[in-house]
Amino acid sequence: MSARVSRPLPRYVAALDQGTTSTRCILFDHAGRLAAVAQREHRQHFPRPGWVEHDANEIWRNVQRVLAEAVAGVGASTAQVAALGIANQRETTVLWDPETGKPFGHAVVWQDLRTERLVEELAADGGHDRFRDVCGLPLTTYFSAPRISWLLDASPGLRARAEAGGVLFGTIETWLVWNLTGGTEGGVHVTDVTNASRTMLMDLHTLRWSPELCSAMDVPMAILPEIRSSSEVYGEMTTVLPGVPIAAAMGDQQAALFGQTCFAPGEAKCTYGTGSFVLMNTGPTPILGKQGTLPTVAYRIGDAPAAYALEGAIAVTGSLVQWFRDNLGMISTAPEIEGLALTVPDNGGCYIVPAFSGLFAPHWRPDARGVIVGLTSFITRGHLARAVLEAAAWQTRDVVDAMDADSGLRLRSLKVDGGMTSNNLLMQMVADVLGVPVVRPMVSETVSLGVAYAAGLAVGYWPDLEGLRHHWHTASEWLPTMPADRVAREHEDWTRAVQHSLGWSRDAPAGGTTGSGRAAGAGPLNRAGRATPRPPRAGTP
Amino acid sequence: MPGSIQSIERGAAVLRLLAAGPRHLTLNEVAGSLGLAKGTVHGILRTLVDVGFAEQDPSSTRYRIGAELTSLASLSAHHLDAHTLRSHVTNWADTLAARSNESVRVGMLVDGRVEVVHHVFRPDGSSQTLATGQTLPAHTTALGKAMLAFHPSAVERVLAHGLTPSTRCSTTTADDLHRLLRTVRATGVALEVQEECADVAGVAAPIRGRGGLVVAAVGLSGPVVRFCDGSGSPHARLVSQVVEVAATLSRKLQA
Repeated sequence: MSARVSRPLPRYVAALDQGTTSTRCILFDHAGRLAAVAQREHRQHFPRPGWVEHDANEIWRNVQRVLAEAVAGVGASTAQVAALGIANQRETTVLWDPETGKPFGHAVVWQDLRTERLVEELAADGGHDRFRDVCGLPLTTYFSAPRISWLLDASPGLRARAEAGGVLFGTIETWLVWNLTGGTEGGVHVTDVTNASRTMLMDLHTLRWSPELCSAMDVPMAILPEIRSSSEVYGEMTTVLPGVPIAAAMGDQQAALFGQTCFAPGEAKCTYGTGSFVLMNTGPTPILGKQGTLPTVAYRIGDAPAAYALEGAIAVTGSLVQWFRDNLGMISTAPEIEGLALTVPDNGGCYIVPAFSGLFAPHWRPDARGVIVGLTSFITRGHLARAVLEAAAWQTRDVVDAMDADSGLRLRSLKVDGGMTSNNLLMQMVADVLGVPVVRPMVSETVSLGVAYAAGLAVGYWPDLEGLRHHWHTASEWLPTMPADRVAREHEDWTRAVQHSLGWSRDAPAGGTTGSGRAAGAGPLNRAGRATPRPPRAGTP
Repeated sequence: MPGSIQSIERGAAVLRLLAAGPRHLTLNEVAGSLGLAKGTVHGILRTLVDVGFAEQDPSSTRYRIGAELTSLASLSAHHLDAHTLRSHVTNWADTLAARSNESVRVGMLVDGRVEVVHHVFRPDGSSQTLATGQTLPAHTTALGKAMLAFHPSAVERVLAHGLTPSTRCSTTTADDLHRLLRTVRATGVALEVQEECADVAGVAAPIRGRGGLVVAAVGLSGPVVRFCDGSGSPHARLVSQVVEVAATLSRKLQA
């Protein structure tokens, strides 16, 4: 893009997407279009079974590189970057020394299960849901708080040091903002409400650190960053792009919701990756879900009231296609499943429930295991392929039903992103089983786009939420075509298939719902998460 | 794929082309279809004849698939899975739609017709219907012509079915079609102005897979008033955007 003398140089907003396996930087132009991309992967460390770590320094180095590469990619100068926003893998925990800037060991990643025993100890006194009224979350290994406590006890003297103010805690965005704004030379120690809402330490109603939770989980408040909104200037970069304001931070799933412009209550998105995440905007008050979906902060723009969301995670969607390809060898590439499924007009009565490590939302049953039901001599590979895709659609339906029930809202259309959206048949199935239009946006990089939007809003690059809605364009839309009575009958069959999957594992404890009449707790989430082999993130299966 | 041998890929592309239909092809047709130099293709064809995978008719000097090979395995021109193709093109098609402000379609040739394997809406907020899965005539559409120009056997099939016109601007004679396809081969781009649908224009370019074989086409279409310049041809800006994306996708598929 060569600049003419008469025309002002184009300006961009930079978005960092610091994910579980890679770090990307994307520049967006004023129309919200992608202008440049740079990406680097980082190492996954598995020091013991169930442990997953990242080197926070490696991530920091990659961030500096991809920022520089993306800006160089469009030949822009620092002055042409209006703001930076950071979206990040959530719950991953870093502790570091404010004097030297060095992390105390590796970052402990959200998939890591080392706090399993600690979590059970905490749950022994009051159950897995004992903190749910305050933070909205059940006790599991997923969230940051037990991990902080574990790390403080793992190194001799670290806890005392933390209490004396000699340790800083952060999720990844906190670590990056601190480093980008000067680190040991005056780095800003902040987190945003969406990331804070996934620590188990924040009061979901006041949006402040809860002294009660911090004390219950043995986390000294001195190490915690200041909680700020998702869209405001936290500080200016002192390195790579000096002077550029850092103006937004969000957890990656919340960023995707924002990038899909789900700004009104009832608007929802699903990201189809190896697993899938449904988030629905539920408006200005948190809803403590009773049906197995979890409340979270969706975003907060500056001083405006926060918007909340319900979140439902589905462990196995794209990874079922991978299993069909790699373990069964039925297809040689993941997209081929569509052609195979199209060789038959329906599933022939066959259903696959992919409860490989229990069922996540909304069932939360760690004792479930995968089943294939309805096999007859008539069933072919094509029927199985169809059942694989339908499993992703029906699981979406179960989560959406739970959200509708919890929120009292009614989903009117589902916005989708992620690698599996290029599967035309699956998207049609989702529209059919939900009975609402399914829409794919023109910009598929919704995580980066969302945090770019939030950063651009903070610095006045974009005026308001309504202005952002104008950037949202439909790339494809699938309308429901299946007759309602057929959907109802097949949903009944799917539900019966799910019943067959429950209780199969002898090792895993049954979920909180069996026989007790207790509200569907997410207590077993840590167990359900145990065998999840890969992060449920967007990406081509 | 690392370590692929280019001459084998090209040999495979030549075989697929010969196997695509009953018609025997000249050296010129094979070279033109694959976008390769005549000398290169001649060497490949001579080798294939030597090993019995291709045969040359002594009187016409045209080439056909060898009898030995037909018994080896059944062959199909459609070796690229449509759904795999869609997963490769999605991001690029989105970008093309965003840059051009027009709707994008990606098509493959199936039995002499164009099957739409991917469709991205025009980003203007208007109500549009997903065309994925529909089929279109090949001789009246830019997508179809972009592929027919490089598939002589498919042209035979289209001609055998008869050139049914869709509008009064549609091509109806074999000579006209051959002339149009020669232009496509020379320019690397196919145009359509009111030939399939009144007031609709389009532009498409071929996507080449391994060995240079044309496996699909990507194109834009829109109303003539917006799509065409004063001379009645699609805007040069749109043409170059399509050509650029087709070249990028070809590189990706051949990588």
